[in-house]
Parts: sequence; structure tokens; C-alpha cells
Amino acid sequence: MLKKILSIILLSMFVFGLNAQEHGSHESPNGDESHDSHHAFDPAESAFHHISNHNVYSIGPWNIPLPCILYAPEEGWSMFMSGVFEPSAEHHGTGHKAYKKYVLDKGIVKHVADPSFPSEEVEIEDVVTREEMVDGKKKDVSYVKYNGKEYKLDSKSTMDGGVFGGGITSFYDFSITKNVAGMMLVALFLMWVFIRVARTYKEREGKAPKGIQNFLEPLFLFIQDEVTKPFLGDKWEKYNPFLMTLFFFILGLNLFGQIPFFGGSNITGNLAVTMVLAIVTFFVVNLNGNKNYWEHVLWMPGVPAWVKTILTPVEIMSMFIKPMTLMLRLFANIVAGHIVIAIFIGLIFVFGKSGQLVGASYGTSIVSMLLAMFMMSLEILVAFVQAYVFTILTASYLSAATEEAHH
Amino acid sequence: MEHLSVAAIGMGLVVIGAGIGIGNIGAKAMESIARQPEAIGDIRSNMILMAALVEGAALIAIIMAYLIG
Repeated sequence: MLKKILSIILLSMFVFGLNAQEHGSHESPNGDESHDSHHAFDPAESAFHHISNHNVYSIGPWNIPLPCILYAPEEGWSMFMSGVFEPSAEHHGTGHKAYKKYVLDKGIVKHVADPSFPSEEVEIEDVVTREEMVDGKKKDVSYVKYNGKEYKLDSKSTMDGGVFGGGITSFYDFSITKNVAGMMLVALFLMWVFIRVARTYKEREGKAPKGIQNFLEPLFLFIQDEVTKPFLGDKWEKYNPFLMTLFFFILGLNLFGQIPFFGGSNITGNLAVTMVLAIVTFFVVNLNGNKNYWEHVLWMPGVPAWVKTILTPVEIMSMFIKPMTLMLRLFANIVAGHIVIAIFIGLIFVFGKSGQLVGASYGTSIVSMLLAMFMMSLEILVAFVQAYVFTILTASYLSAATEEAHH
Repeated sequence: MEHLSVAAIGMGLVVIGAGIGIGNIGAKAMESIARQPEAIGDIRSNMILMAALVEGAALIAIIMAYLIG
């Protein structure tokens, strides 16, 4: 107990000492710095940059180009590898070149709508981001500098109708981005593993499991015995493949996102990915719904008519809220974990003033690394729990939809 | 900025509510496991299911607060 208290006191002294040192030694001039994201380190901005989806796959200083498939209504389709932008090593690839009016801004492809910008491959000077007021809301707008002039950059179109600050812009992005590439990798890996394991089961029938079977069999049996069979009763064999696919795909994506120094994928922490998973679940549940299920949704038996007028809208709403919570739960849990890790690492740059205070940087990096390591081990647990929760909830919705009447 | 702080307070309240709810679920589950250790499997899966449902309501409120704020 005494040891614990002592270590807490030491830790807090250490942290406050760093704080004092920071205030004492350095006075940052509050001039043009506020506009430039290169010098003043913003941990929140850095965290959001690192969890977002990119058009290059960057591992350490290397940028692996990914195919860009872009469509602008005025110029038509264009397909090229993101290597044509010649991305720089810092900021995960801000491009040195513009190609067909597309520019790479911190790993994300953006488009110049201005018709006076040249449409061939040209050298650009810089890409800057400024905060501006757009329709009464603060928004980050990027500009590309070329020939001494600044051109506004459009972000890709999104289908959120402006809720998350997106909307329809001058181009559409259908690229194989970092997340898509990661998903393909995970899908191929899972296919390879499961085909191999299935073959071993056939060859070694009646013998003890071997190799990767030892890892997969308990997991598979756990989901089968704890989720599929209790929830779905005698219909479990029909829905077992779907639930297993969900579980292992989500688990694979979650764990893939936990690999440090491997591009920092955040696949299940992307709202679009979890939305597709939830929509698939929504269709599977509702297309398999029997007469009994629809009766309970649309005209609940056994309650007075005036209660039905309230119950029916609520039931129809809950039909859509169920997949929405599935989507948000997975997204929020994974994104929260990634942001916390990114912020812990960002603390090094906050206390070390982006490398200006070397001692503070080294000191904080020890604490930050310990905290980040703790979070990462917690995240491995979360990866399993969230995959399990997604599967168990899908199973419970399926069981409600396929239950036979018994009253 | 004022919007943001109100939304932040809302998020805090949501987390308090969800914390109480999930805490109750966990406490009762522990109690039941202590009383009937042989039913640990059923209790665990039902506990996670209930916690997930509570969490779902909290998440919707948090996202709403984020969008409004």
C-alpha cells in the first residue's frame, strides 16, 4: 500500500515538474503560428488524423501506394496509383505533385474544382489547412499553393447529408483505401486459415487437433455452444455460418487494428464499415422474420387497440434502432480505444514541445509508453468482447425474428 | 463554444446513467455467480447482453449530443 502511494506521489511530482519546466523555459509567440498546423501540436487533430482513412498505406517512413479510383462529373473517371503524387514521409504523405487536378493532402486525395488549375502532372509548392467559418460552422479548409496562387481543395463527397460536416462536392472517391486494403487482407487471411483448418479436420478425423486448430476450435465451439445453440434452438445450423462469419471477420478486423507499427488500421472504427455490417444484419434478420415476428411488430396480439396505436410505431422504430446501436457500439468502442492510445502518444509531443525539450520528451515517453501498453492490452480484450457482443445481439435478434408462436 | 459545453455536460450525465446501469448489472451478476457457480455460463452471456443493451441507449445519446453540440 505504502509503495503504491509513494509511486503515485512520485509520478505526480514527475508530471507537475514537467509542467513547470515547460512553462518556465519556452514562450511560444502567438503570431502566425495559430494558422499553421505544422508547428503548434494539436493532440486532438493528430489523433483524428491517425484514425481516419487514407489513400496511402504508410508503415513508418514508407508510403505504399494504393490504387485511386476517382470520379468527377466534369472530368469523368480517372484511375491511377497514389504513388504519382510522390507523397512525402512526414504527415503520412502530403503529395509533392498534383495529378489530373487531384492533390494528396496528409494521405487523403482532394480535388481542385477551379478550372484554371492545370490538369496534367505538375509540381506543387505546399498544401495548407486553415480554419474557416462555413455556413456558421467552423471547418478546416485546405488550399494548395501552385505558381504563387492558392487554390481551394474539395474533400470527397459523402452521403451523410451534412450531418458529419460532409456533403456532395466536386468529386467521388471509390478508391481502394487503407481500410479497404486492410479488409481484403483480413478476408484473405481468414479464408486461408479456415480452408487450411477445414482440410486438416478432414485428414485427421478422430485425432487430436493440431497447430492452428488448437486456437480456432475453442473459439468456434464457444460461439457455437454459448451463442448459436441457446439462442436459435433447433434452427442453429441454418444461421451458424452467418454468425461465425460475423464473429471471425469482426474479430480479425479488431485485432488487425491493434498491430502496432503496421499502418495503424482503424477498420472497425470506421462508421461506414460498421454500417455495412449492421445493414447486412438488418436484412438477414428481417428477411428471415416469420409471420409471428411481423405480427408482433405491426399488430401486437393480446393488447387493447389503443395501445396498439402506440406500440406499432415504437416497434417499427426499434426495428431500425437495433442495427443502428450495433453500428454505433462497435464503432465507438474501437474508435475510443484508438483515440486514447493516440492521445497518450501525443502527450510526448505536448510535454516535449514537439521535440524542443528533449529531456521532457524522453521522460514523458516512458510514462506514455506504459500507459499506451496498458491501453493496448485492454483493447485486445475489447476486440474479443465487441466481436462477441455483435454476434450475441445478432443471434438474439434472429431468435426473436424466427421464434414460433407459443401462446 | 456554449453549445459544446452543454453537450459535454449531457454526455457526462449519459455516462453517469450508463455507469449506474452497467454497475448494477455487474453487481447482480457477481452475486448470482457467488450463489450459483454452476450457472456461470448462462449468467455471463446474459450479463453481457444486458450491458450491451444499456450501452446502446447511452451511445445513441452520446452521438446525439455530439451532433447537436
